[in-house]
Amino acid sequence: MATLTKLRATLADGITTVKSQMLHPMETGLFKDKRTGLPIPAHFIKEIKCEHNGATVLDVECGIAISKNPYLSFNFTGGQKGDTIKLSWVDNKGAGDSAQTTIS
Amino acid sequence: MKRRSFLKGSLTAVLAVLATGAGLLNPRRLLAAWPASAFDAKKVPDTLELLFGNTTLIPSQDISLTIPELAENGAVVPVTVASKLADVESITLLVDKNPNALIARFTLAKNTLPYIKTNIKMAETSNVIAVLKVGDKLYSASKKIKVIMNGCGN
Repeated sequence: MATLTKLRATLADGITTVKSQMLHPMETGLFKDKRTGLPIPAHFIKEIKCEHNGATVLDVECGIAISKNPYLSFNFTGGQKGDTIKLSWVDNKGAGDSAQTTIS
Repeated sequence: MKRRSFLKGSLTAVLAVLATGAGLLNPRRLLAAWPASAFDAKKVPDTLELLFGNTTLIPSQDISLTIPELAENGAVVPVTVASKLADVESITLLVDKNPNALIARFTLAKNTLPYIKTNIKMAETSNVIAVLKVGDKLYSASKKIKVIMNGCGN
């Protein structure tokens, strides 16, 4: 499952930059299957959480309008090289994944 | 005896179902409440009311919204929000003409900088609005983006 989430964290000038990409179809529920004409059910990530040494640094509540294979980048201060960064997400079907890395 | 264990078993099952329903046993539960009604809302003011109980946006020069002005494919529109404002609690992205205006709300910790980069979907030419919550005030910046291909489906 870990291959579903790419995660990287780098430190420069006291600012930690976290970059992540999650493999997910992010179906809106508004498209129809071109062959069958049936609607494709909505399937999307609802929540993403990122923790630095166990403390939450970012909480995302998202809907159907985040692009397929969501990309996310953000910055925080107070991180040191070697600190643990964990990112986890859950979708509207209750499935999820998480990834862990250290600040480099 | 059989009847007793049957009753015991079914009571346990019912309790387990109730607990799961209440989210107590779901290990993947991350947040207390995903704001379903705000994500269902169609218009920006309704969405703001549901998320913040406040619909007054204060336009701010201290928010920069970096998005290509012409989005050929509405399915992937790169958006960067950055700001010089202090003590930003959350960044909310909205698209006023999407089927549902709310894209996402990013809640920041005290040491998280007011900067978010992500990709969003847009249905048609529309304003992208970033709303930054500072205390009980909502600061905003918006940018009109021309969309050629609908990225939402209908």
